[in-house]
Amino acid sequence: MTVLRNHTEAAVPAASVVPPEPPKRTWRDALGRWDGKYTPYLIIAPFFLIFGVFGLYPLLFTAWVSLHDWELIDGDQGFVGLANYTQLLSDSHFWNALFNTLSLFVLSTVPQLLAALGLAAMLDRGLRAKAFWRAGVLLPNIISVAAVALVFAQLYGRDFGMVNYVLGLVGIDPVDWRAETWASHLAISSMVMWRWTGYNALLYLAAMQSVPKDMYESAMLDGASRWRMFWAITVPSIRPTILFTVVTSTIFGLQLFAEPQLFDPGGTALGTGGADRQFQTLVMYLYEKGFRLFDAGYSAAIAWMLFLLVLVVALVNFRLARRIASKG
Amino acid sequence: MGVTKRPGFLLYGVLTAILAASVFPLYFSFVVASKDNSVLGDATPPLLPGGNLVANITRVFDTVDFWLAMQNSLIVSTTVALSNVVLGSLAGFAFARLRFRGRDALFLIVVGTSMVPTQLGVIPLYMLMSDLDWYGTLQAVIVPALIGSFAVFWMRQACEETVPHELIEAARVDGCSVLRTFWHVAFPAVRPQAAVMGMFTFMTAWNDFFWPLIVLDPNDSPTVQVALSALASGYYTDYSLMLAGASLAVLPVIGLFVLLSRQIVGGIMQGALKG
Repeated sequence: MTVLRNHTEAAVPAASVVPPEPPKRTWRDALGRWDGKYTPYLIIAPFFLIFGVFGLYPLLFTAWVSLHDWELIDGDQGFVGLANYTQLLSDSHFWNALFNTLSLFVLSTVPQLLAALGLAAMLDRGLRAKAFWRAGVLLPNIISVAAVALVFAQLYGRDFGMVNYVLGLVGIDPVDWRAETWASHLAISSMVMWRWTGYNALLYLAAMQSVPKDMYESAMLDGASRWRMFWAITVPSIRPTILFTVVTSTIFGLQLFAEPQLFDPGGTALGTGGADRQFQTLVMYLYEKGFRLFDAGYSAAIAWMLFLLVLVVALVNFRLARRIASKG
Repeated sequence: MGVTKRPGFLLYGVLTAILAASVFPLYFSFVVASKDNSVLGDATPPLLPGGNLVANITRVFDTVDFWLAMQNSLIVSTTVALSNVVLGSLAGFAFARLRFRGRDALFLIVVGTSMVPTQLGVIPLYMLMSDLDWYGTLQAVIVPALIGSFAVFWMRQACEETVPHELIEAARVDGCSVLRTFWHVAFPAVRPQAAVMGMFTFMTAWNDFFWPLIVLDPNDSPTVQVALSALASGYYTDYSLMLAGASLAVLPVIGLFVLLSRQIVGGIMQGALKG
């Protein structure tokens, strides 16, 4: 804390006591000015450097690669224009992966955010041992996705899995969770929900706690029900947070990879998402083409299509969520 | 809705059920890890731990080089966390307490980058790493993660809340350089928040899966998560082996979480308000 001490010593004797110093430390002043002017840029530079080199440049260069016949190991084999894209549009595996991606996205995001809203409303009710409940709902989020996927792979086992056992107790026939499209989508979505509902609930809870209490008080005087107050006051008040979660869940939800990739333990090496590609997402297909079959150009075309998809869906969802949240 | 009546029995019941659902997969993972794999073929799935935990963990270490994986994950996560603490605090300090042209616009860019799906750039990123001859080396995982927007955002927040403007001004008027001001005035004040952010970054790096899977050699230089996927891709599915590995992999993170859950929850909720 030398700085602090210097500061107080310097501050006590005012200018009247010490005779004004002649301005002779000019080069030091110049250095100080240079420091004040340029050091801020120097210390924020690492972020922009790392993001530029390892984030932005690869993303943009993907577009260039996608216009070439490009082998992952052997490199550029020549410019092909939009050939990768035209091939993509007639590739049934691509459309299948697109369908799976959107289906898994809707199945995991919509119920998840609604559940998070409900959970946040419960956590917002002046509970005892607040910290305990909050930590409890966040716990799944800190577990690695690889570990989660392995546990759920067992829970959703066809023959000896826990879920089928419980279903059997209430008289439902065992479900082959990996073989069927819808069953596998439900199972994988439940994994995503398990990991992310609590996290989003905490975001909503934070926003709910900053809603002015007198808004509820006047509504209660008018005899509004708790349900009515939730939709008429709480939800519109936390709109910015809802928009934020919708957009981020879109961006990350459409890039789903680890959960479906590891859902089929025997098939992970293939990365096809089940024997008939029932749950292969676009990022899984990108991975299969790029890193299993070394077709970098084609893989880059998938990446760029997905990038556009993320942009479009994020925009649409943003508008949709804004409209829904402002009602009520 | 704090103004209404205190929550009742029912609410605690529902929350307890949700909590049970949060914990159950972890508990079950531990149960399966402690059983003989053949028991898993029984009609009733196991609910209580068995006596095979040590045997299964030994098998994990025999199947993949889990020591190496743990060691690699530790190196990667520690380096990434420390670097984010240092570089994130510096940048956060600059954005919160220094005046320079374009500051607000540049900070907006930082926030915006967190929305960019950089994962989709893996193909060129992989080529970049092969050109650098970094395939299969830990720096391929470390360097791109040295500083992230999360750290900058978090530390800017921390500086805004805990570093008084006057203190910085005073230090600067006294001729203290920007870096000395940071080190002696700002950093001591934000150390607690920096520690929480560091732990958070550690966990994120520990859990990272997609990029390490691509750029690391599963047989030669795995992280824990890559080793887990190697356990899963065996010829036949051996759940007690897989989940023994998974239990080992989540242990350090759960340990950190138990120690720091209050701060982590607080950090997430604060970030939400101002984000």
